[in-house]
Amino acid sequence: MKYKNYILICAGTACESSKADEIYRNLMKELDAHKLLNETQVLKTGCFGFCEKGPIVKVLPDESFYVHVKPEDAKELVEEHIIKGRRVNRLLYNKPCEETNVAKKLDSIGFYQKQVRVVLRNCGFIDPEVIDEYIARDGYAALEKVLFEMSADDIINELKTSGLRGRGGAGFPTWRKGMFTKDAQNEEKFVVCNADEGDPGAYMDRSILEGDPHSVLEAMTIAGKTIGANRGYIYIRAEYPLAIHRLEVAIKQAKEFGLLGENILNSGFNFDIEIRLGAGAFVCGEETALLASLEGRRGMPVPRPPFPAVKGLWGKPTLINNVESYANIPAILTKGGNWFAQFGTESSKGTKVFALTGKITNSGLIEVPMGITLREIIYEIGGGIPNGKKFKAVQTGGPSGGMITADYLDTPIDFDNLIKLGSMMGSGGMIVMDEDDCVVDVSKFYLEFTVDESCGKCSPCRIGGRQLMNYLEKITNGEGTDEDIRKMRLIGHAMQMASLCALGQTAPNPIISTLAYFEDEYMAHIHDRKCPAGKCQKLIRYFINEKCIGCTLCAKKCPVDGCIKGEKKQVHVINQEACIKCGECERVCKFKAVVKI
Amino acid sequence: MDKMINLKINGRDVTVKAGTTILDAARQIAVKIPTLCWHPDLDPWASCGICVVKINGSSKMLRACTAAVEEGMSVITHDTEIVEVRKTVIELILSAHPNDCLACPRNLECELQVLAAEFGIREMAYPAIKRNLPQDVSTTSLVLNPEKCVLCSRCAKVCQDVQGVWALEFLSRGENTRVAPAADVSLNDSPCIKCGQCSAHCPVGAIYEKSEEHVVWNALRKPDAYPVVQIAPAVRVAIGEAFGLPAGTVETGKLYAALRQLGFKAVFDTNFGADLTIMEEGSEFIDRFVNKNGPLPLITSCCPAWVDYLEKFYCDMIPYFSTAKSPQAMVGALSKTYYAQKMGIKPDEIFMVSIMPCTAKKFEISRSREMSSSGQKDIDVSLTTREISRMIKSAGINFNSLPNEECDSILGEYTGAGTIFGATGGVMEAALRTVYHLLTKKELDNVNFTDVRGLDGVKEATIDVSGTQVRVAVAHGMAHIAEVLEKVKAAVAEGKETPYHFVEVMACRGGCIGGGGQPYGANDEIRKARAAGIYKDDEMSKKRCSHQNPHIQKVYEEFLEKPLSKKAHDLLHTGYTARPEYRW
Repeated sequence: MKYKNYILICAGTACESSKADEIYRNLMKELDAHKLLNETQVLKTGCFGFCEKGPIVKVLPDESFYVHVKPEDAKELVEEHIIKGRRVNRLLYNKPCEETNVAKKLDSIGFYQKQVRVVLRNCGFIDPEVIDEYIARDGYAALEKVLFEMSADDIINELKTSGLRGRGGAGFPTWRKGMFTKDAQNEEKFVVCNADEGDPGAYMDRSILEGDPHSVLEAMTIAGKTIGANRGYIYIRAEYPLAIHRLEVAIKQAKEFGLLGENILNSGFNFDIEIRLGAGAFVCGEETALLASLEGRRGMPVPRPPFPAVKGLWGKPTLINNVESYANIPAILTKGGNWFAQFGTESSKGTKVFALTGKITNSGLIEVPMGITLREIIYEIGGGIPNGKKFKAVQTGGPSGGMITADYLDTPIDFDNLIKLGSMMGSGGMIVMDEDDCVVDVSKFYLEFTVDESCGKCSPCRIGGRQLMNYLEKITNGEGTDEDIRKMRLIGHAMQMASLCALGQTAPNPIISTLAYFEDEYMAHIHDRKCPAGKCQKLIRYFINEKCIGCTLCAKKCPVDGCIKGEKKQVHVINQEACIKCGECERVCKFKAVVKI
Repeated sequence: MDKMINLKINGRDVTVKAGTTILDAARQIAVKIPTLCWHPDLDPWASCGICVVKINGSSKMLRACTAAVEEGMSVITHDTEIVEVRKTVIELILSAHPNDCLACPRNLECELQVLAAEFGIREMAYPAIKRNLPQDVSTTSLVLNPEKCVLCSRCAKVCQDVQGVWALEFLSRGENTRVAPAADVSLNDSPCIKCGQCSAHCPVGAIYEKSEEHVVWNALRKPDAYPVVQIAPAVRVAIGEAFGLPAGTVETGKLYAALRQLGFKAVFDTNFGADLTIMEEGSEFIDRFVNKNGPLPLITSCCPAWVDYLEKFYCDMIPYFSTAKSPQAMVGALSKTYYAQKMGIKPDEIFMVSIMPCTAKKFEISRSREMSSSGQKDIDVSLTTREISRMIKSAGINFNSLPNEECDSILGEYTGAGTIFGATGGVMEAALRTVYHLLTKKELDNVNFTDVRGLDGVKEATIDVSGTQVRVAVAHGMAHIAEVLEKVKAAVAEGKETPYHFVEVMACRGGCIGGGGQPYGANDEIRKARAAGIYKDDEMSKKRCSHQNPHIQKVYEEFLEKPLSKKAHDLLHTGYTARPEYRW
């Protein structure tokens, strides 16, 4: 090792927004003050995944894992850990065992133990803005192999052996898409990377691009060589400035190194990549809408077939894959398809990156082998549900997916099992819900999203989504009827069958899946005018019971003037007409005298 | 030879050309798949979601309008589930559509209404979604009511792909999506050329002609007014459709009779004006072709949508334009001058109404000061075929049992050359018949120039006129004109001989017979039938060349002196100005 110590600071978007950059500058300042810059290197890396605990600082070689680090901690880290060799225990994630004073290593942390990092192999280990670091970890080895040792058919066969399926949602075999585009006859073809990640709560692709941009550039170049294209486009939403910046840096460096552009590695192969910014329309993640937007037209889907492999960008055969699919490819070609196929299930090979969020102790970005169970993800990696609450369901596949309940926690997760459960893999969002979450309310949240993001082209999606949304509002307001449920099912079915693209076809999924697993909860809203989770504001009431000692605190904190009345030392009363159901009285009452019904 | 594909539709064997859509394959064996956004003139947009079918036993559904047939495919076009899905989609569309059919301009002629009837809709299944969008009434010709729009895209697609105008576009997203000119300017400030193809392609009442029937009714009841009327060539072969007759039935005589019954004191024929146009335009051509007095090609100018298009998109080519007014405008000018003098009527008592297949004619009558050459508006109101058929119906006139009547003389009698103005290529053909005479002083043995007829977007021909080669081009469907004009411009830029001497342009596909004001439901089959009616009218005419029209000769003798005279210039010619595509 060139340096005695390495300090790795997570510089993903989440940690950056919690002042990772300031931590970096403070560490550099401290090291400089102690004249240690020649023996300690500080690196800003991509996402470590453990976002719950960010900002994260890792020190090598002893793998100390510091969490929730603040800029003012830099001085102590340098003076204690770097100079004196003593860990700063208060910042360590795994507090050391008292007897041995030895802290557990990274791979023994529960959050990381079950993870297998293929896609995220470099995230958190390298500085994404330094191409040498990517190369040092076998970067561009696959490209070299492809340019000089492999034919297009070899590449496709290797991908076939790997069993890689598209990570953008539908799980179409990557090798087949590649083969179709390769076989399409045309003088000009294109490679496109779909980086229009838009599911609420999902940030897998962003993290890959921020943490390991060269893996995507390398894979796109390989794809170009495979199908016979000389130009690639990365369609990325403008809301991802850090990812865009790192891609720009990476493209520039790859060109300087002769790994992109004219005559790559003197092989005679030319390939160039351009970044195209999207304005953030969710529907532009749909490939035909994405291509329309890329061409400068309004982002609206067109029916397939013809598929982009035959008629894509500017009518030319186009290979379009998502970021995560691409990021797998260099690893597969370096280590072999069989290596990759060792992970996962029969029908779904390899690993999958999930953004684990919601009511979960360890929220963050995880990469797990396909076939892992939800129980392992939620309880072992995720650390379970916080505050002793009960697990209710997990939503996979974002707004297109569905809910999976406790009954199915032991189902191995892969493309096909999730479909069987009425959900889908989607791009990998995973939102955990506990007993306080109301499924009708959650469905409404997703419908609001899809209604907002519908492109407006086809009538089932445009009008059906709005009608579904209105019924959900009616139900959460306590005005729903059994007939509304029947109509929601009819509309939902029509949307699934007659919508033009996956956005509309899957928009009713949250409702259909919650109706399948939680019909009783809908019935409670409709028949009893009650929200069992206590979430739907119009259906809850706050009362003050006889435990009230008349301390007047609730009345003082209540934001509505005159809503809570009562004499000192007398039981108080809430005026139901005036109550806005903010719950402040319940929170402040020290005597548990305010109850929510 | 085309590759053929074998498939089954509802268990029946079908063999169709590769690339055929399931929808077209089904139509070939008379299996109807309901549609709303699909239109035979346009590339499928696949937005309505009604034409869904199942294939190969899959539970998923596909859009028949875009899915191509595949070898061995098995298609089911209807089962309980498909019908239920279609009905739900229709009910959803109805929920976002105002429920005011009785007061709608498309009442009884609405494709959504038909679907609702066919699917047995008996209640509004879903609560109404109101958008409260304002109407655009800015143009002289059209009303855009986005509240009624079902976003089928037909108006925008015909405007963009067929007409190349791009006045209409989708604005906003999701449930706020609406059709409007780009940047949300008003239609009148947009590139709109008022051709009305949007209204002819709209399945519902979202965009329609600006109705002026009430103005005409009022004129008809004024005791001191002298209402007169003229009918355009293409109206006679389409008006029958409004009364249940097949497309292409020539109903000139019944239309004259109906107009008299409505109260018009004189019934003229725009075909007379067409003959006059040929005299003026033909002479203009000779002047440029023989005397080199002006640039070639000479480009026809009788289509007001085309005039608007040229002034906006190709204003640098204004010098090529014929200055001759359209037949409508010529009849208008003469009715308030020559006719008024002859009959001893005060020109300001004459109320001139034109019955046109066209919405742009409403714009033409006030497009420039030359349109008031008589000292007042030469034409007071221009009605579309659709409007006049409603007037006839509301008067209770039994159109089909009317006797055939003759038009008034003068400004009525026409030759076959005048009538073919109604179809693409007709102006060119009529001009060639007279140009031949003007150049050779001889008469043609065969007056039919079939090379310039038909529905090809651009038709080119070289006509031998006693050893002189006249190169002509005919374009229709506005988007096709660019091809012709760019060739001319390229030749000019390279200093080469012009590729054409004479160019005819009509904005609408098929020419005026396919005009934006014609009865609804036009497609190529109907266009062909209407055109056939036009050519039948031509063939049945005793005289088939404009210069042979004795009444035209008489007008020159009595009033205009000769073609291109000072008086002819004052009354029968116009000028053009460059106009911006967008006005802000």
